[in-house]
Amino acid sequence: MLIQIKNITKRYQRHNGAINAVDNLSLDISKGSFVTITGASGSGKTTLLLILGGLLLPTSGKMIYNGKEINLNNEDELASYRSKHVGFVMQSFALVPYLTAVENVMIALNVKNNDTKKNRNRAIDLLEWVGLDDRTTHYPKELSAGQQQRVAIARALANDPDLLLADEPTGNLDPALSEEIMNILNEINQNQKTTIVMVTHSPAAANYGTVKIHLHEGRLKEQTVQEKELIA
Amino acid sequence: MRLTELTLKELWHRKSQLVSGLLAIILGIGVIVGIRSFSVVSEKAVAVNLDNLGANIMVLPQAASVDNYYSADIDAPTFPESYVEKLVTSTIQGVDNLSPKLTRRVLVGNQSIVLTGILPKSEIASKPIWQQGGIIGQQVNASCAPTGPKKYADAKLQRTGVDTLANNDCFIGSGIATKLKLKEGSVLTIMDKQFTVVRLLPETGTIDDDRVFANLHTVQALLGTGEQISAIEIMGCCSAISNGLLGKLRNILPDTRITTIGQIVSTQIASNKMMNKISLVFLIIILFVGSISIGNYIWANVNERRKEIGILRMIGYHKRHIYYILMLKAFIMALVGGIAGYIVGTLAAAWLGPQFAGIEVRPIYMLLLVSIIISITISILGSVIPAYLAGKIEPFSNMQED
Repeated sequence: MLIQIKNITKRYQRHNGAINAVDNLSLDISKGSFVTITGASGSGKTTLLLILGGLLLPTSGKMIYNGKEINLNNEDELASYRSKHVGFVMQSFALVPYLTAVENVMIALNVKNNDTKKNRNRAIDLLEWVGLDDRTTHYPKELSAGQQQRVAIARALANDPDLLLADEPTGNLDPALSEEIMNILNEINQNQKTTIVMVTHSPAAANYGTVKIHLHEGRLKEQTVQEKELIA
Repeated sequence: MRLTELTLKELWHRKSQLVSGLLAIILGIGVIVGIRSFSVVSEKAVAVNLDNLGANIMVLPQAASVDNYYSADIDAPTFPESYVEKLVTSTIQGVDNLSPKLTRRVLVGNQSIVLTGILPKSEIASKPIWQQGGIIGQQVNASCAPTGPKKYADAKLQRTGVDTLANNDCFIGSGIATKLKLKEGSVLTIMDKQFTVVRLLPETGTIDDDRVFANLHTVQALLGTGEQISAIEIMGCCSAISNGLLGKLRNILPDTRITTIGQIVSTQIASNKMMNKISLVFLIIILFVGSISIGNYIWANVNERRKEIGILRMIGYHKRHIYYILMLKAFIMALVGGIAGYIVGTLAAAWLGPQFAGIEVRPIYMLLLVSIIISITISILGSVIPAYLAGKIEPFSNMQED
């Protein structure tokens, strides 16, 4: 099992009382799986993704990564967890506007290694892999939405993560581009055996998942596991 | 990509912010440097002008009256001539041209004149113990005294020293010359001793116009005082006076009265203090306002970069990386702003000095270091809180839409 969350609750205090965005949720995510999370707005799917990525601290519960419990109260440990084991692909692409495509990929490599030449070569290889070898020196504003998302995917893969978290990666893309991005994610999952957890509203995108989770009011409403996943 | 490179790229990306931030630092540092350059030069200019007035410190016996600086030595009680040695052999800095005197009113015919015995430099220099002191024998100038050949504009400078004065020679003031109808080469008889007038002194408008200057030892013998004197005139470096020279002299000669050309010196001291206070006030204001401005600038920058900081945190940058990036940015701006501020302040002072105060202001290189230190201090102080708050930005901030 790559990651397990046990009895995770995330409570937000609102002026009209407390609400549980994620409510006593437990989940096991096996290595190499492609998990899609769906649910209505406010069902807690993004909150769950943020907790899995070590970006948001749960109010209670624990998270186990590769058999080892992560200290959720240690910010340095969480930052190391993110840089070493997790890649992120966001709906808004999350690219730094004043850095070129290759530099945007390099900033992820830089956290672990200061060898600029080595990092540049690695970043160029990744951009070539996502089909942007002729756009390495372009700034985000000079790239199309689909190209920006591919840069974001290249950056997410920079440190060879075990877990790739995607939050509505096709939310800002037209159907053709969405399919293109989903194919890339699928290839990453199939060929590199990278575990993917993706939040999506799109049924088409959700169909790529080997494990489909549907959340309702912060709770697991439905979980579908494809046959091959069960065999594995 | 290293953090330094990332910081430089961000700085360059927001050029208008960079320029406005730099301008704030440059103006602040420029004002400090300008005022300080101006005040240092003006202090020196006033000090040199005052030093050019000549002897400005008088050592008198404790019981002497000091109502009038220029006549305080007349008929004053006496003290031993050896006091001069005490001064010369001390390690005190900032004195030049010590001149021991014995002054008495005497009658020449039915005219009352002021007879002043002075010691020419040739005699002072001949005293080995005084030479060891290294002040008079070697004619060491006070640190702020004009260098090179002295060109005195003021006739009072005649008081600063006489190279040679034979036992039978005298100098006379213009008033005495008129009253006694004397000229250079005339013979003047005082208490049965004949003196040859070797120099007629120009009019000064002071009691000196009624003085006859003769060799100190001749006057001592004539008046029967022994090795006693009534005053020691000292040319004290003005800045040294401001810095407590009088107190040091009092420590060496505790049973004497040390006085100065009070009004002038107190004006100089007040002027120096005022300039220093103004510099200090400006420094405090600029430190305070500058820190707030830089803090505000960095905080605005942090807010504008919430998304970027969130991205960096998301991909695994630690808080310390965020602190480093922001503090490095503040440091770079401070370094550039400090150097540019020094140049601007120095150029402004150099240009405005001659225009408004008639003084030439030259670069004070030490201020470059001071500028950089102040600039960095301002920037670091101002950036600490915004950087700390930036570290608190949640790693998922990039997910919040604009």
